[in-house]
Amino acid sequence: MKSGNGYKVIGSRPIRHDGVDKVTGRAKYGADLNFPDMLYGKVLRSPHAHAKIISLDVSQALEYPGVKDIITGSDLPIVEERIAEFGEIPENMRFLSDNVLASEKVFYKGQPIAVVAATDIHTAEEAVDLIEVEYEILASVTTVEEAIAPDAVVLHQSLTTNTLGEKTDIPTNIASHFRHENGDLSLGFSQAETNGVVVERTFTTQTVHQGYIEPHTATAKYNPDGELTIWTSTQGAFAVRDQVAEILRHSASKIKVVPLEIGGGFGGKIRVYVIPLAALLSIRTGLPVKITMSREEVFEGTGPAPATLIRVKIGATKDGRITAAEADLFYEAGAYPGSAVGAGANCMFTAYKIPNLRIDGFDVVVNKPRSSAYRAPGAPNGSFAAECVIDEICQKLEIDPLEFRLFNGAKEGDRRPTGPIHGKIGYIETVSAAQTHEHYQSEIDILKRQGRGIASGYWGNGAGRSSVNLTVNGDGTIMLLEGSTDIGGSRASIAMQAAEVLGIASEDVRPAVVDTNTIGETGVTGGSRTTHATGLVAIRAAEDVIAQMKGQMADHWEVNQVEFADGAFSSSNKSCDFKEAAKICAPVVGSVTESTGGAGGGFGTHIVDVEVDEETGKVEILRYTAVQDVGTAIHPSYVEGQMQGGVVQGIGWALSEEYVFGENGDMKNSSFLDYRMPTCYDTPMIDTVLVEVPNPGHPFGVRGVGEVPLVPPLAAIANAVSRAIGVRMTDLPMNPGVVLKALDKI
Amino acid sequence: MSRKVHVQTQINGDSIEFLCEPRQSMLEVLRDDLDLTGAKEGCNNGNCGACTIMVEGRPVNSCCMLGVEAEGSNIETIEGVASPEGLHPLQQKFLEHAALQCGICTPGFIMNAKALLESNPNPTEKEVRFWLAGNLCRCTGYDKIVRAVLDAADNGEDDL
Repeated sequence: MKSGNGYKVIGSRPIRHDGVDKVTGRAKYGADLNFPDMLYGKVLRSPHAHAKIISLDVSQALEYPGVKDIITGSDLPIVEERIAEFGEIPENMRFLSDNVLASEKVFYKGQPIAVVAATDIHTAEEAVDLIEVEYEILASVTTVEEAIAPDAVVLHQSLTTNTLGEKTDIPTNIASHFRHENGDLSLGFSQAETNGVVVERTFTTQTVHQGYIEPHTATAKYNPDGELTIWTSTQGAFAVRDQVAEILRHSASKIKVVPLEIGGGFGGKIRVYVIPLAALLSIRTGLPVKITMSREEVFEGTGPAPATLIRVKIGATKDGRITAAEADLFYEAGAYPGSAVGAGANCMFTAYKIPNLRIDGFDVVVNKPRSSAYRAPGAPNGSFAAECVIDEICQKLEIDPLEFRLFNGAKEGDRRPTGPIHGKIGYIETVSAAQTHEHYQSEIDILKRQGRGIASGYWGNGAGRSSVNLTVNGDGTIMLLEGSTDIGGSRASIAMQAAEVLGIASEDVRPAVVDTNTIGETGVTGGSRTTHATGLVAIRAAEDVIAQMKGQMADHWEVNQVEFADGAFSSSNKSCDFKEAAKICAPVVGSVTESTGGAGGGFGTHIVDVEVDEETGKVEILRYTAVQDVGTAIHPSYVEGQMQGGVVQGIGWALSEEYVFGENGDMKNSSFLDYRMPTCYDTPMIDTVLVEVPNPGHPFGVRGVGEVPLVPPLAAIANAVSRAIGVRMTDLPMNPGVVLKALDKI
Repeated sequence: MSRKVHVQTQINGDSIEFLCEPRQSMLEVLRDDLDLTGAKEGCNNGNCGACTIMVEGRPVNSCCMLGVEAEGSNIETIEGVASPEGLHPLQQKFLEHAALQCGICTPGFIMNAKALLESNPNPTEKEVRFWLAGNLCRCTGYDKIVRAVLDAADNGEDDL
């Protein structure tokens, strides 16, 4: 770990401010709030993947003792088709509203049809069973291949392909088709064919879920004066406010969203599901209403990451120079358009200099839950395909995979295959650090079917709007109010940046995540933006505090000018530290809202060793090392934690996690028993190497760190398994059945 | 609706009486009726461990236990782990090792790890991983959790 970085607070590892509440069970999460007169909501969900709702009869359910209200799709206002940005993926409001509560048709099993509010949850559940729905079951489309076939059943008659910027008028399941093109593709491939190698493969990945342990939950309370308060667990309180305002046509200024502690999100807690339903039921009944999803509802009724079909072809000369690459990406959007195929295309080749390129991306609707953001949305899928082909090229050319990456790797000033020029980046540094790591130097036992895999990955990271309010107390401590919900230690990483500017200890800053009426607008905790953007705004607010205090100290000392350096105020003949000045100046308030820029993209390079059991097909992860350019690590423990967590999600995606669908698009494994996320018994310690190439767009050099680590693992593990068994693995997850098949054992 | 049953039990050292429906889980009673919300619901079918409590000194998924089964038993929840003297060593080590990110699984991990250290004060890494395999964490990748538990074990049996 870095030491002597010239900072006092940054790079140290203080105990997080919200830690004691969280280890003692006192922290209040989304579902931990109860009101004495509260109603419990339960959602009736479609049992069919594709059906028309012919009739809906709630009369019997309404008469059930304890039931107070029932809402259906017709109780929602008609929402116009309009694109709005709430988080990492743009939203069509019409689709968002239908996804919250279906109107005429259902497009996936699990889509909400009606919601019961009753005096307790059991009554609500019983009443849901009394709702009578008549469906006309429609043929369903559950794979990309089916959906793009010429005679495919079309989900949305209003949906026509937006192809290469032009709208067509034929209804289709392909929502959009885009292309990146650069150079002369045929020239590039012919160079490789005559003097090198060309590898082409088709890859598939399955639908996977973010897998946060806390189900979605919301409690809403409506007052007769029109004031609506919502307590929930979300990545963005303002995004919730604005989505609810749009869906319910309720003035945003009359909605207060109180973000309670959030039990994981990974991109899945940006779009709203039960929140507008609890709000509408509270508006109608005048009582507080709480809706909490079951785990089954989380799997079936919220947005997973898309399944994908990806074809990649890459050519390289004998000496290992990439001459051309092309890819076709088909991402399953689920029931409504909007998969992360764009980001997949943007990220998959970003680590390399590629002179000739074509990428075609297709966003395809199918009768599955509407796909949503999941940690570097779209990037793990595309990079899996690209990095596996690169590994095969390395094998064919007998070139060390890290040497190949050093040779072709992107540096500052290089043009990315999809257009923009790289700013200051640290990709090559991650490859070099991997190369010299003891792990890479160590031996593996080929005879035991062990294999070593390498892969790199990229995520662009975000910036955007954040707001911070600092108040200096008389004892020299600071109250820090922020709008960024804290999913994994961001109270600490933001407080530490303010503390660094003010020359005080991390513990002297008291951060609080507050509601939408108490702080200025703040974007979601997503896109790996929070420590960068909210940190940057905290720095600005701290600088404002210092400027005000310099003025006050000048008055106090009756001098013209006061300086602030190294945590001390000084004039020509006087000086005092921040705490002494606070006694004189408090209260001082610094408040900043800013739409920040300056995000720095991040790269990771991973090394993994696996052992494949030939009898059972089971893949064991023997050792894992994740190297990443993290810019500047504010709190290194939580940076390591992001990397370790991302890697283990990647292990799950690579080896065991998938939605298993029946023929009719019904999910067969909607429990944690059958949807297999890694446990601690499935994983080794995850070694981390923090490479620090400071981001020039942030005063302390912060880069987003949360999403990059989920990009390389799929390919790294697939490459390790491929090398272990001598068969190229192209389909995820590589569960025992898939591996045995690859070994020709079944 | 079925009639409620009177249950007398001991929770975190206090004698507690409550009324519950026979179908209510212990987790539901704790969270909704006794306002002890430290035990979390992640799955409600015994697969995630976020609701772990101790019943007669053994770790139990409280979502898989009925409230009426608490009659006459001695129960400990996450709310009873710290003492007026301060945090339990496991709680302290979780903080020092940054063994939590979102923190929703943390109460369950601490309860189950406490049960482990009470039966096996000096576990190996493999023993820790085997024991805690019933607790899911989606944020940390488990590395820092396992280290925190091993470190708490090193802290000495006297503290545990």
